[in-house]
Amino acid sequence: MSNVVSTATRPATSEMMRRLPEYLMIWVPLLLSAAHLISFSIWTIWISFTPSTLVPVSGWVGLRNYNSVLASRNWQIAFDNLLLFGIAFVLLSLITGLLLAILLDQRIRGENVLRTIFLYPLAVSFVVTGTVWSWLLNPGIGIEKLAHDLGWSTFHFDWLVNRDMAIWTIVIAAIWQSSGFAMALFLAGLRSVDADIIRAAQIDGAGPIRTYLRVILPTLWPITITVVVVQLQFAISAFDLVRALTNGGPGIATQLPALVVYDLMFQRSQLGRGAAAAVLMLLILLAVLLPYAAWRYVQRRQATHA
Amino acid sequence: MRDRSFAPSRILIYLVVTLFAAAYLAPLVVVVLNSLRTNEEIAQGSMIGWPQHMAWSNYLTAWSGFCIAETCAGIRPYMLNSALVTIPATIFSTLLGAVAGYAVSLWRFRGDNWIYGIVTLGLFLPQQMRLLPWTIVLRDIGLINTLSGLVLIHTIQGLSFTVLFCRNYYIAIPHELIRAARIDGAGFFRIFWRIILPLSAPILIVTVIWQFTHIWNEFLYGVTFTTGQQQPVTAALIALSAAVADIPQHGVQSAAVIIAALPTLLIYLFGGRYFVRGLTAGAVK
Repeated sequence: MSNVVSTATRPATSEMMRRLPEYLMIWVPLLLSAAHLISFSIWTIWISFTPSTLVPVSGWVGLRNYNSVLASRNWQIAFDNLLLFGIAFVLLSLITGLLLAILLDQRIRGENVLRTIFLYPLAVSFVVTGTVWSWLLNPGIGIEKLAHDLGWSTFHFDWLVNRDMAIWTIVIAAIWQSSGFAMALFLAGLRSVDADIIRAAQIDGAGPIRTYLRVILPTLWPITITVVVVQLQFAISAFDLVRALTNGGPGIATQLPALVVYDLMFQRSQLGRGAAAAVLMLLILLAVLLPYAAWRYVQRRQATHA
Repeated sequence: MRDRSFAPSRILIYLVVTLFAAAYLAPLVVVVLNSLRTNEEIAQGSMIGWPQHMAWSNYLTAWSGFCIAETCAGIRPYMLNSALVTIPATIFSTLLGAVAGYAVSLWRFRGDNWIYGIVTLGLFLPQQMRLLPWTIVLRDIGLINTLSGLVLIHTIQGLSFTVLFCRNYYIAIPHELIRAARIDGAGFFRIFWRIILPLSAPILIVTVIWQFTHIWNEFLYGVTFTTGQQQPVTAALIALSAAVADIPQHGVQSAAVIIAALPTLLIYLFGGRYFVRGLTAGAVK
């Protein structure tokens, strides 16, 4: 194509040979990536319908694995926890992120330093975050112990070992780790508001606070949806953080779907059920992502038609 | 404007952001301080306190002394494992992603949109859907419990991100540039090498930082596909916590946590701008 004369005189096969390295460099990685995504998904879905336990076997058991996972206490607790954790974490990190973004947007001094501080937890692994918070929240050595040592003997903060409250420790650590992400996106959104819109509002006689509430903040809602979806995606597949912070405990009080999958696959050797739990995780994720994809599609069509 | 900075509302703003900053910094400060306190000192009080004698030896013990499962080599071998996984996987996935991103954005070929669409689905597919198949693939090709196995996984899975990053960057390069070069007889690689690569520094830095941070911090594959001496440092930290559960060594553990977190923290401090760009690029998809 690039050189019409030479391609016409040379046989097609040698042209192919000449371009082989580029075909390989393009296609091998892309095909490997695409093939692994498709085949791995199909394979895991297939295993979820087989009686596999220690090793993958063929056979068909219908929805038996799904029924047994859905009926297990482990999964039910994990699912309830996911609902609570997902909603609480996403809402609170949205609020924290938005508040921080609005504050940083007030032309304050030291903005760069503050932004660096609010975002650094994102550079740290969930294992590190979970480990550190497991120390801070441990009543025997953490904040509660410090309060006692300082003489406040009635201070009580034992969520980490309290069955009813332990899930909130994961909410706390997750917010600490990733509310900076919401802040970064909101701040970028606040900074990209059209100056003309703000001027128009001021000409209409709106004060600074009113302009902010009525004109600037409403432009953030597409960013809000993106933040919600990304954070929910993290919440649904959360594993490392829980593993390091509570390891699902006390008992199974902080169990989450990703831990159930790992437990079934690698600790109980229930491959079929583990695969079924993984597919259930995927379905939960799709319940979030498909509406988001549809919304994005509509938005894009409106943008091209406008 | 000058008197505005002393208005009560301004003071309130500074007060609130300072409190938040303190809350965000507190865990780091606590761990740094603890890494300099002896285990006895921590055991007598709490995790939160000022070091009395600057126990620098914690770092030495953490680096090369403590024992996990009867191997007493500290965190060093696991740091090395993480580096041996993260560096090659970052380089491979970035290079291959740049070439593929260049091909789907500027070269165009039959089926390019399809394959690009499928590859980017990898951003969303949970790792749990891939755990069992990877186990079998790694076992069949003899890479289970090897660092090469982890490099393979992170290279292939990282492509979803690297192709997306590079494609979205290259798509803004004017096609005329490529067309002119092709009329001059330049081929696929020559154009990449001479025209595209010199323009790519910003996106390659973003991609490398993103990949390095993610692979270094990754835990699930590390703990699933490797054991013992082959584990990356994230898995080793968990193993350390379990190993010392009976007699906690919080000073040494804190030093180990600092060492394990240092590479990505340093990258963040020196490449913060690119780090944030990667975050937003990854989010907008």
